[in-house]
Amino acid sequence: MPPASPGQKNVALFVTCLVDMFRPSAAFATVKLLQDAGCIVQVPAAQTCCGQPAYNSGDKAGAALLASQTIRMLIDYDYVVVPSGSCAAMIKHHYPQLLADDAEMAALAQAVADKTFELTQFLHDVMHYKPVAKALENITYHDACSGLRELAVQAQPRALLQTLVRETADGEMCCGFGGTFCVKYTGVSAAIADKKLDRFSATGAELVLGGDLGCLMHLAGRAARRGLPLQFRHVAEILAGDVTAPAIAEPEK
Amino acid sequence: MQRHPAAFKENAAEALLDADLQRALGLAESGFGLKRRKAMAALPEFDALCDQATAIKDHVLDHLDVYLQRFEKAVLNSGGHVHWCEDAEQARQTILALCRSASAKMVTKGKSMVSEEIGLNGFLEANGVQPVETDLGEYIIQLADEPPSHIIGPALHKTKDQVSDLFHRHHPAIGYPDRLEEGEALVGEARSILRHKYLQADVGITGANFLIAETGSTVIVTNEGNGDMTQIFPRMHIVLASIEKIVPTLEDAATLLRVLARSATGQEMSVYTTFSTGPKRAGDADGPDAFHVVLLDNGRSKLLGGNQRDILRCIRCGACMNNCPVYMAAGGHAYGATYMGPMGSVLTPHFAGLHAAQALPFASTFCGRCEAVCPMRIPLPKLMRELRSDAHSARLTPARERFWLALWLWAAQRPRLYRAISSGVLRGLAFLSRGRGRFHWLPLAGGWTAARDFPAPQGDSFLAQWAKRRKPGS
Repeated sequence: MPPASPGQKNVALFVTCLVDMFRPSAAFATVKLLQDAGCIVQVPAAQTCCGQPAYNSGDKAGAALLASQTIRMLIDYDYVVVPSGSCAAMIKHHYPQLLADDAEMAALAQAVADKTFELTQFLHDVMHYKPVAKALENITYHDACSGLRELAVQAQPRALLQTLVRETADGEMCCGFGGTFCVKYTGVSAAIADKKLDRFSATGAELVLGGDLGCLMHLAGRAARRGLPLQFRHVAEILAGDVTAPAIAEPEK
Repeated sequence: MQRHPAAFKENAAEALLDADLQRALGLAESGFGLKRRKAMAALPEFDALCDQATAIKDHVLDHLDVYLQRFEKAVLNSGGHVHWCEDAEQARQTILALCRSASAKMVTKGKSMVSEEIGLNGFLEANGVQPVETDLGEYIIQLADEPPSHIIGPALHKTKDQVSDLFHRHHPAIGYPDRLEEGEALVGEARSILRHKYLQADVGITGANFLIAETGSTVIVTNEGNGDMTQIFPRMHIVLASIEKIVPTLEDAATLLRVLARSATGQEMSVYTTFSTGPKRAGDADGPDAFHVVLLDNGRSKLLGGNQRDILRCIRCGACMNNCPVYMAAGGHAYGATYMGPMGSVLTPHFAGLHAAQALPFASTFCGRCEAVCPMRIPLPKLMRELRSDAHSARLTPARERFWLALWLWAAQRPRLYRAISSGVLRGLAFLSRGRGRFHWLPLAGGWTAARDFPAPQGDSFLAQWAKRRKPGS
């Protein structure tokens, strides 16, 4: 790890499976934002998954294996930043509980938890960073549940965007993604998405931003299936001013 | 709708196609949400009140034996009787024996979810005692021969039109020939039919929202006053309640009452809050000659020592289901059980067995709103996750899911291999998408593509691209 100059923080980017595989543009935008905020960004090469799919499928032992692997990989950095509220909450809230029976691992888990942040939370609350303001119109924001209720991420992305967000009715309602729930109970999941999509449409917004790619892929996929004229992007792309990649599920121009 | 929890998925699919149900759910969702938010806003100390209420119930659960015995003693002192029932069968037999001792042909009933839990109505009918539900919602579903779809709004799944039709199917035979359409008129008709029943009934059966240890009182809350008439007119009043309904003092009951109505209907108080202490005393104007409390365990004491104990704090307000996206999409009948929504998904596996009910703890997006609105601070997602874990450990989850989970876990512990596989798949998918940005169909992804397009990856993974960029310089 290269030494940081005084005051500069070594930040590990825990990119998450979905951003890694489906939205590298959001990952590069995240790197740019962190660098602009004055961090030295490291991308630990051994990262895979935080273990949430196993944890929520009831496989605690499997989740604990991935949690331990992730904790050992992240323990030496000043901060860990995650462009997803749900994966950040997994590390921040659930790792210490999951590993509570092993005192040594539990202590490490707590140490990593204490320095782990969701991206907008880190930029706003820790780095007090203000991106260059861009006038954006017709945007709305999807507050993903884990970030909202487990990390209290709600004001931060709005403050960073420095623009009017067209708020949806009952914005704290779930979009129906729910990880493996979305393929296990497809019909219910899509029905919930439809309520959410109708509320997005009702705001008159054309672009839906969010901090969690799982929700965004689910919503974008459902909107595309219904032929709705809504676009979906990870908030990092807008904050970093990089919209060269087509929006999620949109064709190349 | 199949009435067993294993059919959740099929039931939910049916529910999503039922336009009347969806209309009823839509009204309920917006109505409950708005009323609860207003009630919260009007009481700044609501959070502190919830902490108090939670502490009361935690204390009771720590000393349940003490308070139950204290309650029994107080009931006996006031001239009543207490019957301890370990399971549903014992409770049914006890109630039937009491009804027979009163030579009862017909009993009126206040709303009681515990009576649903033990299947009391069907049992009484089969044994020659006619139960008549007096809560309007319960009256409606009794006519329709359906179980409740919500713990505080049993007929929440029905539209007004459906109720009009239902009444018009049943009421002409008893002297009410017209099909009524206005809500008030429908309520009026039901009331006038029920009025006679209260006076004819030999026994009145109610549930209890709380049992008060210091006084031996039982408490019910209603908005229709039907509970009062059910328990005051007949010669015998039977209270059916589960053991965790106990609170130490009247003061504690008052704290819980302040939390209950606000969380349930957004009211400050229900219209009627009724305390019953023993039978009619000499000089009392009215009341029953005999007062019996049937205390039901039905597996609850087994939960005391385990990781599901927190669910015993539940006061049945319904806030968790009112704020559950899954409940509001699928409706209560989809759960195929007495209790529905998040609290039902936790309770049902304990009544029906995890094997039969394991679909329910998985029927949650873990959005966490149930926990956020629960006035008793029950960590419902955590309890459901524990049940998922129990189901996984007992190998009750589908073999196919277990296989993919194990394979993925194996790869995720091998970062190089994981990267190589994901790179290969991603580049393949990106190539196949030919810039269209999404797939209408993909092999092995039917659970996704049945309802949504699948967003195409942008190319190789971020980690692979990052490694490539770093290589020349580093």
